[in-house]
Amino acid sequence: MSQATLAIRRISGHAGPAPGEDVERDELVCKLVDTTTCIGCKACEVACLEWNGYTFTDTVFDNSYQTMPETAWNYWNLIKFNEHERADGSITLLMRKDQCMHCADPGCLAACPADGAIVQYTNGIVDFQQQNCIGCGYCVSGCPFDIPKFNPTTKKMFKCTLCVDRVSEGLEPACIKSCPTGCLHFGTKDDMKDLAEARAKQLRENYGIKDAGVYDPAGVNGTGVIYVLHDVNNPEAYGGLPSNPHVPWLVRIWKGPAKWIGNLAMLGGILGVTLHYLRYGPKEVDAEKHENGGRP
Amino acid sequence: MSTTHVVSSRQTVDDRYGRIRRYTLSERVNHWVGSLFYTYCLITGLAFWSPYMYWLAALVGGGPTARFWHPWFGLAFTVSMVWMYAMWRRDMQITEADRRWSKAMGYYVKNEDEKLPPVGRFNYGQKLFFWLMFFGIILLLISGLGLWFVEGIPWSLRWLRYLSVTVHVIAALATIGGFIIHVYMGTAMVRGGFTSIIRGEVSTSWAKTHHRLWYEQVTGDRSSKK
Repeated sequence: MSQATLAIRRISGHAGPAPGEDVERDELVCKLVDTTTCIGCKACEVACLEWNGYTFTDTVFDNSYQTMPETAWNYWNLIKFNEHERADGSITLLMRKDQCMHCADPGCLAACPADGAIVQYTNGIVDFQQQNCIGCGYCVSGCPFDIPKFNPTTKKMFKCTLCVDRVSEGLEPACIKSCPTGCLHFGTKDDMKDLAEARAKQLRENYGIKDAGVYDPAGVNGTGVIYVLHDVNNPEAYGGLPSNPHVPWLVRIWKGPAKWIGNLAMLGGILGVTLHYLRYGPKEVDAEKHENGGRP
Repeated sequence: MSTTHVVSSRQTVDDRYGRIRRYTLSERVNHWVGSLFYTYCLITGLAFWSPYMYWLAALVGGGPTARFWHPWFGLAFTVSMVWMYAMWRRDMQITEADRRWSKAMGYYVKNEDEKLPPVGRFNYGQKLFFWLMFFGIILLLISGLGLWFVEGIPWSLRWLRYLSVTVHVIAALATIGGFIIHVYMGTAMVRGGFTSIIRGEVSTSWAKTHHRLWYEQVTGDRSSKK
């Protein structure tokens, strides 16, 4: 899904800085998902399939209205349904559009070992470049939202591109375009944040939904998809939206200090044996060692 | 005069040339098959480990090819390690002689071998390397399966995904440390060691110097004093 017109903020698995990396500034793009006005029609799911060229796959019934339990390599956009019991015992049906969150601090990109297989553009879109992907699945370990999925046929990873091919041509993503209730919005991060906060304020003040708020998790430096939630203190109720997502600290250590400690240790080992040879030399036993390896 | 007498099913002394059979053909095949699999996993693993070594993947057909074969070669290495374990597990038990030797290991490092107590077929360092690789491959196998089938680990147990990455890295680095020392000692430091794992033979003086107890065992010669 390479877009030559988009400038790059950073790429995965590159030795040293990548040319042209992080030299341009751009408005961050953002999807706003207002879960309070989503009706679960799944038009966005169909639009996503249609635009990205996937045929509809078999649904997986899981005692829910959900199309399938999780997003798939060829199903990037999934409405998650949850029958949630409120504190007063009443039931509400929570619906959340699940897809790649396009983290400002993407764990997939941090974990990826393949040069340029994951790209973050200056507009904030995080995109997989399948021609560089080696299918190792490290991005699965790095992602705090469990989004990247493996295509067993091509052995490449796939996920929502935020319709980078549409956005780079000035169009909104396909899911946004298809939404009939207007619960999906697309624009700059600042505008979407303002709109989301205004909606949350409206919900709190005019509708008495006192815990309404905006989900834009700070643990990943904010996301390119933000939610208005009825209860911002319990995002887990919305089909397992993590309350404090962040790049796993073991992944951070692995890709940070462990790398340099490991490299220094390996280098130290090679230097060590070299120095040993220079200082002590070989162990020579055979008196006949010069005679054809001891053979007559 | 030429007397070739079989001391055990595995070790033969050929008095003609003063050579002793140190490794059987199966042991040598096993060693080199294992080393091939390990080296493949090492090269590809280093490519995945650091962007500065990603070019190594090009040596074996590029990133996707390296990624495809790495786990299969890892499984093959596991099989070769099981085979090695079956052949060497008795020889690799740490004995009282090894404990004495380990206390004097500094002399070995400084090439003052005459100050070392005698050891059997393998010395303490060789045994340590064997067990390092043995337990290393167990950890690499388990954590490697976690990396291979990462999507099979449910989200609720995602700490296993992170643990797999961590354990795989630590175990791999530990085996690399052993591997560096092993290759150095086998090729450059201990003269005669490299030919022994290729042709399977060492000289009697080599055996006497490095593995006196083993020499005495296979030759029945207990009078040898240096």
